[in-house]
Amino acid sequence: MSKHHVTTTINGDPTEFLCGTGETLLDALREQLGLTGSKEGCASGDCGACSVMMNGRLVCSCLVLGVEAQGAEIETIEGVAEGENLHPLQKHFLKEAALQCGICTPGFIVAAKALLERNPNPTETEARYWLAGNLCRCTGYDKIIRAVMNAAAEMRGA
Amino acid sequence: MAEIQYAAPETVAAAVKALAAGKGRAKVLAGGTDLLVQLRAGRISPDVIVDIKKIPELRKVKKDKGGFRVGAAVSGQELGENADFRADWPGVLEGFELIGSTQVQGRASLGGNLCNGSPAADGVPGLIAAGATVTIAGPKGEREENVEDVVTGPGQTSLKAGEFVVSINLPKRGKRGGDAYLRFIPRTEMDIAVVGAAVSLTLDAKGVCTDARVSLGAVAPRPLLVKAAGKALVGTKVDDAALDALAAAASAACSPIDDKRGTIEFRTKVAGVLARRAALIALERARNNA
Repeated sequence: MSKHHVTTTINGDPTEFLCGTGETLLDALREQLGLTGSKEGCASGDCGACSVMMNGRLVCSCLVLGVEAQGAEIETIEGVAEGENLHPLQKHFLKEAALQCGICTPGFIVAAKALLERNPNPTETEARYWLAGNLCRCTGYDKIIRAVMNAAAEMRGA
Repeated sequence: MAEIQYAAPETVAAAVKALAAGKGRAKVLAGGTDLLVQLRAGRISPDVIVDIKKIPELRKVKKDKGGFRVGAAVSGQELGENADFRADWPGVLEGFELIGSTQVQGRASLGGNLCNGSPAADGVPGLIAAGATVTIAGPKGEREENVEDVVTGPGQTSLKAGEFVVSINLPKRGKRGGDAYLRFIPRTEMDIAVVGAAVSLTLDAKGVCTDARVSLGAVAPRPLLVKAAGKALVGTKVDDAALDALAAAASAACSPIDDKRGTIEFRTKVAGVLARRAALIALERARNNA
C-alpha cells in the first residue's frame, strides 16, 4: 500500500508529509520534517521527551500515528521561541541550569507551557503532578520545578 | 512486512464495515496509548487499524435519561472538563484520571482502557461500581452489556470479531448517591495499580444505605464486581460493623497474582482496606449530595 499523504499545520505553518500507517508523528517530525527538537526517549509514552501539542492537548508524539495528524494543529518545541526571543520558560531553564544532558528539556518546556496556559499560577505540587509524565535522569527535578515556577511568576508579571 | 492499512470512518456503520473487512486482523484505535505501545513492541501485527475518533458521537459526552452517554473515544481530559459529569460521578473520574501522565490523559479513553482488558485498569472498577453499561456495535447491530461482563481475562474481552464499544453509559446518579475510587501503588504517580477499589452507594432520607456496589481491580484475572461486599452495606447506616463486613467480603473475593509489587497476602489485605476507605469517601459524598 502506498504511503499516506498527510496535510497538517505545524507551528502555524501548513505542512505536508508522507508516512506509512505504522510510523508515528514523532517519526514524521524528526525524519520527514527535520524537526528534531522532539526527542525519542522510551517510545512507549512513559518519558515525555516527545511531548507536543495536538489540537490544544498535550500528547506524546510517539503515541500518535503520523496519519492522525491529518487536519490537526501541531505545536512543537521549535514553535516555542519567537525568532531570537526565547520563551520565559526557556530563559528560566537556562538561568536555573535546569538541564544537564538536555534530552528531556524540549518535552519539559512544551509540557510546562501547556500547564501555564491552563493555570498561570500553579502550586509547586500542581506543577510536579502535571510534569509527572516527563522524566529527567540528570537534574533531580528541583531545578526544573524552580525554573517553571519562576517562569510562571514572570509571565504573571509578578 | 506488509504495510498496515489505516481507516478513519466517520460513522459507526462505516467503522463496523471497516472492522469486518479486517477479518479478525483489524485493531481499533481510540487514544492509542496502549495500541501504539503494543504495535511498536511487536506484540500485535494488525492488517488494518480502524481509527474511531472521526466518528462524532464517539467524541461526545451526552446527558441521557438522567445519566450520561460517554463516547468511547472521549479522553480523560475531555471528560474531566465536564462539570456535570464530575459532580455526579467523581469516583469514575478518580479512576480514569489516574491513568498515565498528563500526556496520556490527553488521548487515553475509557473505551480503550476497558477493551485493553487489563485486570489492573484504573478506569474500570469505578464504572463497574457505578452500574455502567457499554453499547457495542458490530455486524449484527448494537447490543448493550454490563461493564463487569466485558473483560473476561487478561487482555481478553467479550467483544466478538468486528465489534467495538461505541459508548459507556452511566445511570442516573440520583440524590444521596456517592462514589469513590482508590488504588494502591508504591509511588505517588505514573504506576499500575497493585490494588484498586471502587464503591458506589445510595442512602435514603434517614441515612440508611439502599444500594451499594463494590468493584476491585488488580486482584483477579479481571476487574471484579463483589456483590457480597455491596450487600454488606445495604440496610445499614454504613457503620463500623458494616464496613468490617464489606472489607472481609472484598478480601475474600481476591485471587491475585503474587509478584514483587504485591504479594498475594498483601493484595488480599489491601483490597479490604481500600474498599473500606473508598466506601467512607463515597458515604461522605452521598451525604453531601442530599
